[in-house]
Amino acid sequence: MGYTSNSGCVKAVDGISLEVAEGEVFGLAGESGCGKTTAMLSIMQLLPPAGRILGGRIMFGDRDLVGLSDAALRNIRWKSISMVFQGAMNALNPVHNVGSQIAEAIMLHEKSTRRDAFRRARDLLELVGLDPSRGGEYPHQFSGGMKQRAIIAMALACNPRLVIADEPVTALDVIVQDQILKLMKQLQEKLHLSMILISHDLSVIAQTCDRVAIMYAGKIVEQADIISLFEKPLHPYTQALVKAFPSVRTSRKLTVIPGAPPDLTSLPPGCRFHPRCPVKVDRCMREEPLLIRAEAGHYAACHLLQAEPSSGKA
Amino acid sequence: MQNYPKAISQFWKSYKRSKRGVIGLAILVFFLVQAVFAGQLAPYAPDQQLGASSILLPPTLTHLLGTDEVSRDVLSEVIYASQVSLTVGFLAAFISLVVGTLIGLLAGYYAGLKAEVLMRFTDLFLVIPFLPLVIVLAAIFGSSMLNLILVIGITGWTWTARTVRSQILSLKERPFVERARSIGARDSHIIVHHILPNVIPLAFANSIILIGNAILAESVLSFFGLGDPVHVSWGMMLHYAYTSGAMTLGAYWYVVPPGVCIVLVMVAFALVGNALDDLLSPRLKTSWI
Amino acid sequence: MLFRDPRMTPQDLANLRAMFGLDQPLYVQFYLYLVNLFHGNLGVSFAYDQPVLPIVMQRLSNTVLLVGIAYVFFVLVGIFLGVVAAWKHGSKFDAFCVSFALTTYSVPTFWLSMLFILVFSVWLGVFPTSGMLTIGAGAESFGAYLVDLLSHLAMPVITLVLYYMGFYTILARSSLLEEFTQDYVLTARAKGMSNWQVIRKHTLRNAMLPSLTLAAINIGAVVGGVLQTETVFSWPGIGSLTYDALLLRDYPLLQGAFLITALSVLAANFAVDIIYTWLDPRVRY
Repeated sequence: MGYTSNSGCVKAVDGISLEVAEGEVFGLAGESGCGKTTAMLSIMQLLPPAGRILGGRIMFGDRDLVGLSDAALRNIRWKSISMVFQGAMNALNPVHNVGSQIAEAIMLHEKSTRRDAFRRARDLLELVGLDPSRGGEYPHQFSGGMKQRAIIAMALACNPRLVIADEPVTALDVIVQDQILKLMKQLQEKLHLSMILISHDLSVIAQTCDRVAIMYAGKIVEQADIISLFEKPLHPYTQALVKAFPSVRTSRKLTVIPGAPPDLTSLPPGCRFHPRCPVKVDRCMREEPLLIRAEAGHYAACHLLQAEPSSGKA
Repeated sequence: MQNYPKAISQFWKSYKRSKRGVIGLAILVFFLVQAVFAGQLAPYAPDQQLGASSILLPPTLTHLLGTDEVSRDVLSEVIYASQVSLTVGFLAAFISLVVGTLIGLLAGYYAGLKAEVLMRFTDLFLVIPFLPLVIVLAAIFGSSMLNLILVIGITGWTWTARTVRSQILSLKERPFVERARSIGARDSHIIVHHILPNVIPLAFANSIILIGNAILAESVLSFFGLGDPVHVSWGMMLHYAYTSGAMTLGAYWYVVPPGVCIVLVMVAFALVGNALDDLLSPRLKTSWI
Repeated sequence: MLFRDPRMTPQDLANLRAMFGLDQPLYVQFYLYLVNLFHGNLGVSFAYDQPVLPIVMQRLSNTVLLVGIAYVFFVLVGIFLGVVAAWKHGSKFDAFCVSFALTTYSVPTFWLSMLFILVFSVWLGVFPTSGMLTIGAGAESFGAYLVDLLSHLAMPVITLVLYYMGFYTILARSSLLEEFTQDYVLTARAKGMSNWQVIRKHTLRNAMLPSLTLAAINIGAVVGGVLQTETVFSWPGIGSLTYDALLLRDYPLLQGAFLITALSVLAANFAVDIIYTWLDPRVRY
């Protein structure tokens, strides 16, 4: 599956290109507001009415999702691609019980009786480690971790091929975080799912993903498999992010990236990261770097990687 | 406190973004200008009777809105009437605002028996249907502009009182009040310097609706014959239109204009009120449908 | 006495006063009034020379008929328009609905009534100008009676509906729009529901709450506010009775009408409170 798109009039996402292989866990990392959520919402075209896809293609298998009719899109949603939302959000409707919200997804896409749908909902709850008899309870009766599991169960209801998880563990404490991530990885392997995991927390990405793309201010600045990214980050932003991790073993000083992400309505000229970059040169302030192939499977968008201007996108 | 001019210009800039708000304000300015410059704008004097041959004339070039049942020019009447309607509306609303804020303040700040009594008193006024009450009061006290203002003003405070009171109840618990008290500030000092500045914006936003209501109330009272016969307002014009039988004779030029003016002014206040409300309590969340 | 025939002699005056009990001290009069009240006796009308209570109750039933019919329409139509406007928010239809609602509730009811009479009675002659029934209309058949009644009801009802529905449109629309910002709406859309399905299943229930509260409060308020419409259309209801009594300085009648109106409002509000306890188990008295 491939994905190239822009969206929104203030371009929340400006020309990104990703490819997720079957059965792969692809991570999308970046600070809040860098456009990762917008990018993912664009896939299923769930942007709020104020957002629009301005161009590009979204290839799912061999179908371009851009330009599909509303009815066709609704067919694909959840059945082929589903989403796991942040549990802390009001993603679950407080006035419906949990089981019925899972069953709702099933009944929407399959000809199933209510009883069957509820039965499958209970099976799904069991699959994620919840007590199936609690399907009749309401979201506020679940703890944070339990709610997240329920949301995962709901996402798997129609046996999708791709699951997009948007900050699935952000609001949970570390122990529960670990449990949920392990659960997700387990399920992904067992069900042979493809997954896109969005997070601002690199440790979460490190724990679960096979490949990662780092986003900054609406653009992808680096993309690689997980090991190469952490061992040899090429983009200054990635380097700073990796360095920002406290190390348990050594006593290394915490480094912080000064400044803040740019306002998308008034972007700096040239490279969008240059105001905060510790190693910028003249060229960075004039010309936007393109994402180029630095090594096999490892791409970065930084002028410092090229001796002379080169062509081609990955 | 020092930055008033800058704050105001910033406020105006954000206000301008609301198309509806600007339209509302424009309408209000139009009527205000018209009221102030009535003498220059009106072609005739409002009570000038032009002779028996000019009774109930439909619109012509000399009388753009025709004449009424005693041969007065309707356009002039309408222009002058704006003075009365607007004045009564503003003043009555002002009284409601002041009384309501005062009562709300007292009931909110001083909890206890006195406050409870005040609130029950307010509830009483809320329950009694507004229109019949106002009509009866106006009938008892006589129909002059001043009385109208007083009557409308005194019956309109209930909502402001409630809103102010709940605002104060929540303000009272805030840390800055506790701090002020602990250093020994007197109640009156706390009220004036701490509570009031936080309540005034709310009260101000409220007052927009009050003015609209007051103008409407005045027009209703006048229509029912309880208005000031000397100072003719839009409502009074409609009263004469109705009682003189002009309506049943089909004299639309007499019936439509005063009503249109009332509607325009009310709509203008609603628009401005909406715009202010959007400004002061913005909706930050995105809509998903 | 503020309003009397100048030809009456002082003796007549004294007799009248004695008859109406006005020669007693004020507090005694008030006490007697209360006592009579409990016996269902609201006094005798000056103008009609009949007991007040039956007059008032008869008029009240007319008002209830008018207001009842209008109420059903303005609540349903108002909410319906508000929901559709929210569903199509941002569209021209939405802008139209909002402007329309704002305008109609800015219009003074009496003026709207006048306009209707002007257009439909005087110009077009479609509806009768006033009253509740034409004399002798019920003579032939119940059907004829019904048609006559409906033709008299039409304009006052439409006036009331136009005026009051604006509140509901605006309220329903904004409550629904508020619901649309909830995250579970995104979830529902992500699951593949159409916009309308999402609205129906996930947002309507919560969004309707404020409108229902308004509807509950309105029951009482409309009885009080219908005075204008009744008077202009000469509909024989309790509102116009209050006004007529006022004009005639018929104090017992005025007091009676006023009292019954206030009591009706109280009773309606009370009934609503009771229903709320039943609907919403969290509320307990």
